[in-house]
Amino acid sequence: MQPTSHAFVENARDALANPKLHRALLNMKAGFQGKRAKAVAGLPEFEQLRERAKAVKDHTLAHLDTYLERFEAKATASGAQVHWARTGEEACDIIHGICQRRGAQTVTKGKSMVAEEIGLNAYLEARGLNPVETDLGEYIIQLRHELPSHIIAPAIHLNKEEVADAFYDAHKDLPPDRPLSEPRELLEEARGVLRRIFLASEVGITGANFMIAETGTTVIVTNEGNGDLTQVLPKVHVAVASIDKVIPTLEDATLILRLLARSATGQEQSTYTTFSTGPRRHDDPDGPEEFHIVIVDNGRSALLGTEAQETLRCIRCGACINHCPIYAAVGGHSYGWVVPGPIGAALDPGLIGLAEAHHLPNASSFCGRCESVCPMKIPLPSIMRHWRNAGFEAGLGAPSFRYGIRGWAWAARRPWLYRVGARLGRWSLRLLARGKGRLTAAPLANGWTKWRDLPAPQAGGTFHDQWRARQRGAGGPGGAGAGA
Amino acid sequence: MNRARRDILDGIRRGLRGGRAPDPEMLAAVDERLARHPRDLIPARVDLPPDRLVTLFMEKAEAMAATVGRVADVSGIPGDIAAYLAGHNLPPEIKIAPDPALTGLPWESRPTLTVKSGAAQDGDVVGVAMALAGIAETGTLMLHSGRHGPTTLNFLPDNHIVVLRRSAIVGPYEDAWDRVRAAGALPRTVNLITGPSRTGDIEQTIQLGAHGPRRLHIVLVDGD
Ligand code: SF4
Repeated sequence: MQPTSHAFVENARDALANPKLHRALLNMKAGFQGKRAKAVAGLPEFEQLRERAKAVKDHTLAHLDTYLERFEAKATASGAQVHWARTGEEACDIIHGICQRRGAQTVTKGKSMVAEEIGLNAYLEARGLNPVETDLGEYIIQLRHELPSHIIAPAIHLNKEEVADAFYDAHKDLPPDRPLSEPRELLEEARGVLRRIFLASEVGITGANFMIAETGTTVIVTNEGNGDLTQVLPKVHVAVASIDKVIPTLEDATLILRLLARSATGQEQSTYTTFSTGPRRHDDPDGPEEFHIVIVDNGRSALLGTEAQETLRCIRCGACINHCPIYAAVGGHSYGWVVPGPIGAALDPGLIGLAEAHHLPNASSFCGRCESVCPMKIPLPSIMRHWRNAGFEAGLGAPSFRYGIRGWAWAARRPWLYRVGARLGRWSLRLLARGKGRLTAAPLANGWTKWRDLPAPQAGGTFHDQWRARQRGAGGPGGAGAGA
Repeated sequence: MNRARRDILDGIRRGLRGGRAPDPEMLAAVDERLARHPRDLIPARVDLPPDRLVTLFMEKAEAMAATVGRVADVSGIPGDIAAYLAGHNLPPEIKIAPDPALTGLPWESRPTLTVKSGAAQDGDVVGVAMALAGIAETGTLMLHSGRHGPTTLNFLPDNHIVVLRRSAIVGPYEDAWDRVRAAGALPRTVNLITGPSRTGDIEQTIQLGAHGPRRLHIVLVDGD
């Protein structure tokens, strides 16, 4: 799939006019925000753990080359085969090669954001293979030929009726009178179909939440158990992971796991956290005979040493997305690429290019909730601000927007002019409001007043005037009233 | 492919330190950390005497929709499992891990129960496995693969029964990792399991029994 991030404005306009989408997104607040808040309240050390996790990941990134080499050495010693891929295309090619060598037809997949990013399904399908997503949400969007709209709840934009339609369409032996009106019935239908596919699969592909350098282990975290069936049943297990997933030790992974599920779904721990080291041992009763690990860069190494480096601490918990008012209004597909929401706005410009993604860092009110909930303390608004600057420097964005910014900057550098302008603006808005306290229309502001009223300026002068009066009253800067 | 490896590592070095390879002190710091694998902050909730840890483990496991049966010693395990099967109207057939701790149990005390051992097959309804540890911090079981531990038993059957010795209950994850390390090299698979499988992917409503087990039952054995 190609990104459509350049069309964010149009995508968002369509999304805002889609009542079904809003109904689906409404579930998010109670579902994610409330549960996270409860889980955080239940762990007094949560804030300290955030600091500790940030420090560990910063240390790892500062030695990323060495940790990757150590990981590779340990993984190889345990019998895994480690592959390196500079680009998504290279990664797809490596994985396809493994499938081909084993003569595989049906390939099961656990949920993996990097597999989405590199377009693995399309690549394998184009070469005659049958890759099947097994995470329920991923399975549904695969049937609908969509991108995930959320990194931990890929089908969050859909209502159960839409899921039922997808199943009626795709499951050819499904009797048309079989009831699929409740989530339970939908789940049972998917479970039955996917169980047969699990058992027939020849290669299982998963992502990895961590690569542990100490032991050469990859880790997956799931609730459904699909990732485990994906990797334990076939003869070959392929784990695909981006370079930023490496972490030094089991203890370090444990530290971050204390934050991951709480931040994501509000669970204290996800149902299944699975550590895989090498292939099946000679006396193991089950497990894959071959274990491949594909380490993917795809633009990440180029973020090191830049303002966007801190995005590489991300553990893809989705908390920033769950707390973003913009995401809640426009949904994940508006962002036009695999990772939406605040982390998408901070990461995507670096991975797919600013020309494609320059709208995304502008899709923020800078309310700061994303940064305040991010377990890895990634300064998402600052990184978005960096991309906004870079976009402006590169001449991206609509002319009206660019001239507006230029004009404002020109005035802001001339304080007397700015002050006169502000007074004039205030005066004319009050005049237009005719004492009603709000305006239903205003010159140059119909983009705003088309949807909601513009509050009229209150009595007491411009902000500058009020501030000066206050400072005088409080006895100058630093006085009692200054911080109020 | 070695070319890809070199390019990626070079790219990382360019971003981190202008293209320089790590100096010996940096390498030593990394290797020292890997060898020492220091513990970080551990939540205070596990600072408890052993009997309170058992209570915490049970509370946390039950909060995640697992059920816990408690037996005085290993001879009580077959009875607890039989009661579980009857309680859920399940056929009297189980597949147990080929672990002497399970195969050596007095199953003959339950003549109507069919007991097979080995990896799970399609159609097995009940799988019984042995836990390496129970982590009280979050009510999490730790199981591992090996000659005695087929991983499929933890995921294919609809009902997952796990036998846990009271002496295997630890406070934090870190204590469980120490047990794994003490047993030698990491096995192919270490599973941390907290409750039965679940999903919230359709309209954010939590459903138990997604692709893995629909139920998780823990048999907690007090004595040996
Ligand atoms: S940026 Fe932070 S909050 Fe957002 S997904 Fe990544 S780790 Fe989670």
